[in-house]
Amino acid sequence: MTGRQLITDAQNTWCPGCGNFSLQHTLKNVLADIEKEGQSLDNIVLVSGIGCHAKIADYLNINSFYSIHGRTLPVATGIKFANPDLTVICCAGDGDCYAEGLDHLIFAAKRNIDLTVIVHNNRVYGLTTGQYTPTSPRGFKGKSTPLGTREDPFNPIELMLASGATYIARGYSKKMDPLRTLIRQGISHKGFAFIDVLQICATFFPAADYYSPRVYDLKGHDPASFEAACIKAREWDYNSDAPIALGTFYQRNSPVFDGKTAARTLSAVEREQAVREVLNKRT
Amino acid sequence: MNEVSVLVGGKAGDGINSAGAMVAQLLNHLGYRIYLYFDYPSLIRGGHNFAIVRGREIATATCGTQVDFVLALNQETVDRHKDAWKTDTAIIFNTDLVKATGQGIPVREILTAEHAPDIMGNSAVIGGFAKAAGIPWKIVEEVFHSHIPKGTDLNLLVARRGYDRVTTVHPVPPISNPPVPLLTGNEAIGLGMVSGGLEAYVSYPMTPSSSLLHFLAEEQEKLGITVVHPESEIAVILMAMGFASAGRRAAVGTSGGGFCLMTESLSLAGMAEVPLVLLVSQRTGPSTGLPTYTGQSDLLFVLHAGQGEFPRFIVAPGTTEEALYWSGIAMNIAWEFQVPAFILSDKTLSEGTYSTDLSLVQKIPQGDSISWDRTAPYRRYADTPSGISPLAFVGTGGAVVKVNGYAHDEAGITAEEPDIVALMAEKRLRKGEALARAMDRYQQVSLSGNATGLVALLCWGSTAGVCEEVAGPLGLRVVRPVVLSPFPTEPLRKALEGAGMVIAVEENATAQLATLAGQHGITCEKKILRYDGRPFTPELLTTKIREMLS
Repeated sequence: MTGRQLITDAQNTWCPGCGNFSLQHTLKNVLADIEKEGQSLDNIVLVSGIGCHAKIADYLNINSFYSIHGRTLPVATGIKFANPDLTVICCAGDGDCYAEGLDHLIFAAKRNIDLTVIVHNNRVYGLTTGQYTPTSPRGFKGKSTPLGTREDPFNPIELMLASGATYIARGYSKKMDPLRTLIRQGISHKGFAFIDVLQICATFFPAADYYSPRVYDLKGHDPASFEAACIKAREWDYNSDAPIALGTFYQRNSPVFDGKTAARTLSAVEREQAVREVLNKRT
Repeated sequence: MNEVSVLVGGKAGDGINSAGAMVAQLLNHLGYRIYLYFDYPSLIRGGHNFAIVRGREIATATCGTQVDFVLALNQETVDRHKDAWKTDTAIIFNTDLVKATGQGIPVREILTAEHAPDIMGNSAVIGGFAKAAGIPWKIVEEVFHSHIPKGTDLNLLVARRGYDRVTTVHPVPPISNPPVPLLTGNEAIGLGMVSGGLEAYVSYPMTPSSSLLHFLAEEQEKLGITVVHPESEIAVILMAMGFASAGRRAAVGTSGGGFCLMTESLSLAGMAEVPLVLLVSQRTGPSTGLPTYTGQSDLLFVLHAGQGEFPRFIVAPGTTEEALYWSGIAMNIAWEFQVPAFILSDKTLSEGTYSTDLSLVQKIPQGDSISWDRTAPYRRYADTPSGISPLAFVGTGGAVVKVNGYAHDEAGITAEEPDIVALMAEKRLRKGEALARAMDRYQQVSLSGNATGLVALLCWGSTAGVCEEVAGPLGLRVVRPVVLSPFPTEPLRKALEGAGMVIAVEENATAQLATLAGQHGITCEKKILRYDGRPFTPELLTTKIREMLS
């Protein structure tokens, strides 16, 4: 299918000023680029979790699996394993993918499965109306923590470095062109690509005034160096005040885990023959 | 009728299950029909394990409490199982480790003489058993060649020395039956799934389902399937759903605890209409319970698991023949109706080994799912009279496939409008009705024993064997629903017609099948229940029934 309308007729229900609009627009542009390069969008699958981010599954007119909270990655892994020719993109939230589904994120990175994960990291639960997430700063006053949180956020970049991700980047919803480049790089990367996107939540965490003066583009950084990536990752810990690097922190080539290593599918006749052989061995 | 029972016991780690399997194959090649029960505690080394191999002229699926031979590889085998001895039970033992009256095999001396490794020690004892049972040496050679592919000749030299040390005490006469495949329930389930088109098996280890993971992983290349062991049961079920949404037939396997973790995604499969096959092999619960012992206490859980209302198929095979057939059918049903299809097993069936008569296994038809006719635009949840929406998969050219766990419209876009929500709920219900109608194609209820007996045993799953064996001499009817969802009310009513008394025989504490039948208007007055993790024996069940009837 070519020349398709990339946005569905579904009514958009993100708040005015929501960073998800930028993410959707960026992804739409990325999809248009891919199609222009002659690839069919029929081979692209978007997997979402649950949360404000996940509405993108309804809004983008491409194959999608609107999964449940925290569970983008195992669904995406199954799809990629079943059909390695598909390009599989996960849109996940920070509550979604850093809290409820954290184990899947770590394991997907460990496996180096060829997927691209875009975390819409607004550092707050939006759809459940404003509770702290694993990346909210210490002292965050949300509906479940009116006195302020008493725990530090974790640093997803550092976490992914430790977990074996082979492409690690950070973007910002107010810097759409660089974000588009990062997403394209992530999709082109052969292996597990992770992009943490600092995203504005207009209603519960409107942090643009904090981010905008602090963000800068990673220049002169060697993404092949794990040590340099670790140092850059620790520059800003999602908590204390520091410059915030955007761009590719780390990238390396490593064998990927996918269905190409799996057995060849048999015909019905071959299958029955194989079953017979096993039965004979048991006699 | 010729019949023989052999108990093989030793420490965990002594290879008791494989020694039992060799004894089973010797009897198989003598023409006996086999059931092997393997009893082991939940540990790797040091505990006491035993296998009971029972051979009969006709099919068997249960063990008695008395044995004709004991093969003792540790002292506990002699000390703990005395209640299983008859006056003439023959004891064959390893003299290095066991003090007993009977025929001793000096295993160490034999291994040294043959320069054989310790791992071959059991062959000496098996050789000794073969002679004690009067099994011709030719059969021993045949079985070793077929079933010990590595080091066959040396194993045979060791076995021969054991054979020559022993005199025949209980000759086991050969029977004219040809040998048949000996399969565990899990192997039969796996092969049935493959016959039903399985392309991917995803599982996290949990007894008593793990042996299916191991079996399919071992045979994956031969069977042309992908086997994945991910980080958790939550990942397991979702990966399988990923496979299915990309058009690959996938199944998962677990036991109760792992299935608890899967329930949220099971509900997703119900809502998103993703075809899925699940083996749930029950063990003694609640919680960790007895990991390596049996139970039938998850029927109502599996029937009701997952939030919301959606149709599901549940089959509980009672034999390996049924497991082969119904596991393939479960694959087809999941894909025809786009519903979760359960194979409900238990430790007894999953890990027991059975002679499998392939002539009793009906051919599994090549299952058809309803495919998209390429009328654009594709609507994943198109409303149809049967409720079944034509399938296209992510990656199907020309289709935008939107799979969704939210309430959604026909295109798969999230929808909260009351009319659409109701429309889709009714569509899912109609799929359940279509599934129920399709059940007429199948023999959903097994009727055996004395078909017109006034007293009927009502059972399900692995207790089939013991109920049928006991029913024979007592003249009882045995009625066993094989399909449990959609509940086969009419076939069950028919099978029970004229029975004045219905006795539920179940391995749980609350008679779950009887409860379920009651909800469908079929009452069951009496109950014989066992819930100590051990399967019924024919002796115990006979005693309980006699008490009830007297």
